[in-house]
Formats: sequence, structure tokens, C-alpha cells
Amino acid sequence: MTLTLDGRDQEMLAGEHGEAAMLAMRVITRVAASMQAKTLLDISGAHIDSCLYHGQAGLDFARRLADDGAEVVVPTTLNVSSLDLLHPELYRGDDHTRSQALALMEAYEQMGCRATWTCAPYQLDDRPGFGDHVAWAESNAIVFANAVLGARTHRYGDFIDICCAITGRAPAAGLHLDAARRAEVVFDLAAVPDRLLELDVAYPLIGHHIGKLVGTRIPALTGVPAGTSEDRLKAIGSAGASSGSLAMFHVVGSTPEAPTLDAALGDNRADVVAMGAADLRVARDQLTTAATGERLGIVSLGTPHYSVAEFGRLIELLDGRRVRDGIGFYVNSGRDIVHEIALRGWERRLIDAGVQIVTDTCTYITPVMADHHGVAMTDSGKWAYYAPGNLGLDVVFGSVEDCVESAVAGEVRRDDSVWADA
Amino acid sequence: MPEALRTLVAGEASGLVLALDESLSFWGGFESESGTIIDQAHPQVGESLAGRVVTMAVGRGSSSASTVLAEAIRLGTGPAALIMREPDEIVNLGAIVADELYGITMPVLIVDQTTFDAVASAERATISAAGSITF
Repeated sequence: MTLTLDGRDQEMLAGEHGEAAMLAMRVITRVAASMQAKTLLDISGAHIDSCLYHGQAGLDFARRLADDGAEVVVPTTLNVSSLDLLHPELYRGDDHTRSQALALMEAYEQMGCRATWTCAPYQLDDRPGFGDHVAWAESNAIVFANAVLGARTHRYGDFIDICCAITGRAPAAGLHLDAARRAEVVFDLAAVPDRLLELDVAYPLIGHHIGKLVGTRIPALTGVPAGTSEDRLKAIGSAGASSGSLAMFHVVGSTPEAPTLDAALGDNRADVVAMGAADLRVARDQLTTAATGERLGIVSLGTPHYSVAEFGRLIELLDGRRVRDGIGFYVNSGRDIVHEIALRGWERRLIDAGVQIVTDTCTYITPVMADHHGVAMTDSGKWAYYAPGNLGLDVVFGSVEDCVESAVAGEVRRDDSVWADA
Repeated sequence: MPEALRTLVAGEASGLVLALDESLSFWGGFESESGTIIDQAHPQVGESLAGRVVTMAVGRGSSSASTVLAEAIRLGTGPAALIMREPDEIVNLGAIVADELYGITMPVLIVDQTTFDAVASAERATISAAGSITF
């Protein structure tokens, strides 16, 4: 199977559109060949993960492109970086890494990417629509674009994301194609009690569980109430893209390519895996490395970046109370969302409650949290999955209600009554 | 002489074989400065990949792994070559970009199970630019 390039692709490869486009097209065609793509296709947008600093090679690549005059040709958003530019005093890393990370961020801005610095570009006003081909990197964004927006992106990662943005092209392969998007395994949640499915806390656990089981297959979920909210779908996707490599899923009755199970399956025949409350309890325990009743040091919310609705729920739960002194209560979000909540007067209320908002980055990928004595709590399946390894912390996964009540009390409290008899 | 089913990144390489018992995520599981496995849950934690012909059946982990692998190739702490059963775009990208940026090739070869097992149990292996493997 050989890759056929159109005239403009060939011009770029021959250097007729400049050095940067040539390098970008070389990388894309080499990857396209390894994916056994027959052609490239046009994309209408990109989301870049390469702006997070992991070493000199990432900066060398970005500088080479930027110095050669690269300009993105489609609207392009930027993922989290290693630095919170709005709250620089939080940074506790070394100066060398800070200056390298900053240089990397500047290189991507120089190429015309928007300084969005968020892992949740789907929460911005301008987001892809159904059927749009895009090149998105960052696992939780990829799975949200495919599953919830019905946009089409393969699992792109470092380097190729910006190459697609500079050329406006991507390999016509993988999740860009109809056949690769149909469900290959069904998870039936009919046995999960309705009262659990009415709670936000169930959704990251569903995602964690299916992520561990799917491998490279695309799952369809049945037995989930129709019209499941975007925040709950985001929780399924981000947890499943951490415990596994979930890049697409269907929730029958809620996601756009699954009005019915038959639509989600297409021509595929799929095994049906029954899920029950016990599976969710196991997931909760896998995401928990400390016991309730322990001293609480940290609460971290907003992985992926909190939405306006999630901030609204947090304000409601705090109800004017303050976080206990000495506890670090962090909420990660995008600067655009934080601007919106500031206009609503919520940012002030959160600060007064002792909450530290973190923008542009995330508490699990860069040192921004102070030393707090005690274990950490989170409502995020993704954060609970990565924090013990990345940060060396003990973590208790709980609902946002549990996180707030624990932070006010100063010790880990979890309302396990929801799991009774489940 | 066994041939690769597909050569994803072509180049010459030679070195002692390191057969990974489990897939390794280069992001979080490997340190580019030292070239060693740092994933505490990996059975070969502490082993060095530097200059080795590494067999790893399938790839694993975060897309940030491409940068970590490219960085290791730049520093000379990366594998001499990777022999795999299934293509992995994240691994490929790290190798492709190191080649494009620094002109350092780390061959990536896809082989059948028989060849994979034979290389994995060999002491040394040499890869030719055409994708043949001797061991």
C-alpha cells in the first residue's frame, strides 16, 4: 500500500512552501506510511500537546520550525504547559526548566497558535463540529472530540500535532475513517443501580473500568441514562484514556454517533460485558491508596480543566464555608473559563474560601503545589491514576462533595453510604 | 537471514539485546538523562536501554513519550534499535524526529513472531539499512 500525495503535498515536500512546511510534511508522510494511509486529508483545526516541556529535543523541534518561519494554517489551540503564567509565584521547579518551558511556549505562540493553555479545548466557544476532521493531541481531548463532539481525530501526539497544523493535512487513517469508529465491544450498565448513575462520582469510575478492559477496541455503553452531560462524558473519557488508551467511545442515547446501539455497532458484532456496582467499587479502590480518616493535606480538582458548570457546583457545595487552614485546595482550569467565572464573581468567592485556582497547567505535571502534610483527595480519575507515581502522594478518590466536606473538616471523609448494598 | 516485515525507520545498528518482558512507557517509565527504566512497576526497573537492541512487542503509554524518546536518542542514551511486533506511532515519531532533527537514526523494525522470539533470546544483534537482522 503506497501513499499518494496531491500536488500541494508534493510541493511542500519539495520545499516550495519553505523549510518549515517541508520538515512538517516529511514527518507527516513518514508517519502516514507507517499507518499505511493511502492519502492525506484536510483538517479544519489542531490542538497541540507538544508545548509541554519534556526536554531539549521538544524545544529544538519547535525552534527549528519557528525559526524557519512556520505559521499554522488552521485555527490551533495550545494544551497545558509546564508553567502557570497567571500565577507564576506557584512554580517550585528549577530556573533552567522554567526558562526552557517558557521558550517552548513562546515558540508555539510565534507560529500563530492561540495561547489557550488548556487540556479542555472543547470547553472553548470555538470548537469543532460534527464530522470535522481535526488533528488533536492530549488523550482526554482526543477522546472528547471523537466521542462527544463527533469530530474526527486520530490519537496524535507530540511533534505530529504541529506538523498537521502547519500543513493543514493529516494521514487519512485510523479514527478519521468511518469503519474505525464503530463499536467493537459493548458494556451493559443495566445492573448498576440508578441511584449510582445519578451521581457524578460514578462516571470517572466507569471510565477507569472500561479503560482497563478495552485494549485497542472501541466500546459502546448501554444502560446509561440518555442525555448524559458533557461533564460526565468528559469524566468517562479522561479516566479511560489514563487507565487505558481510550480514544473513542459511544454512550447509546447520549453521544452523536450512537442514537441506537445498532448505529454505534455498524456492521460489527460485539461481545457484551455486563458491568455492576461491584466493578465501580473496585475502580474506586484502585484509584485510592490511603484510608479514610487520615489527615488531609491536598485537594486537587479540575483534571481535565474544570468547566463553568463544575465551578458552579463547587461554589454551591462550599456554601460560604472556608477550607481548613493548612490544606492546599487546588482547582485546575483554563484561563478562558477562569475569566468567565471571575465575571460571575465566583473567583473572588473561591479565593475567600481558601481555594487556589491554577491556570495554564495542571497540578500533576509540574511542581506548583506547596508541601502539605497529609494525603491528597481528588474527584478526578485521571489525577488519581497519575498522582501517586508522578508526585509520590497517597490519594483518595472521592466525589466532589467528599472533597469539599473533607477540606472543611481537615480529614479524609467519604460518604460510602451510596455504595451500601451496591 | 531474517528480514523485517516492515522497516518503519531505516538505519544500521548493532548492540547487545535487551528483551523487555513488558511494554515500557517512555514518558514516566524511562529517564532520558540516564537511559534507564524508572517505572517501579516494570520488572526490569533499573536496566539501561542505552545502545541496546531492544525488543518490545507493542508500545504503551502517553503521547509525550515521543519527546522523551527523541531526547534520549539526542543524548545517546536511547536504544540502538527497536524491534517490535506491532507498529506504534508514538515510538515511531520519536525516532523519526530524532532522525530529521539530529540525523541520528534509531532503526524501528516490525518483525514476525518467530524472528521476534529469536532476536529476544540472542545476545547481540546487528541490523542492516535494508532491514535484515543478524544475531
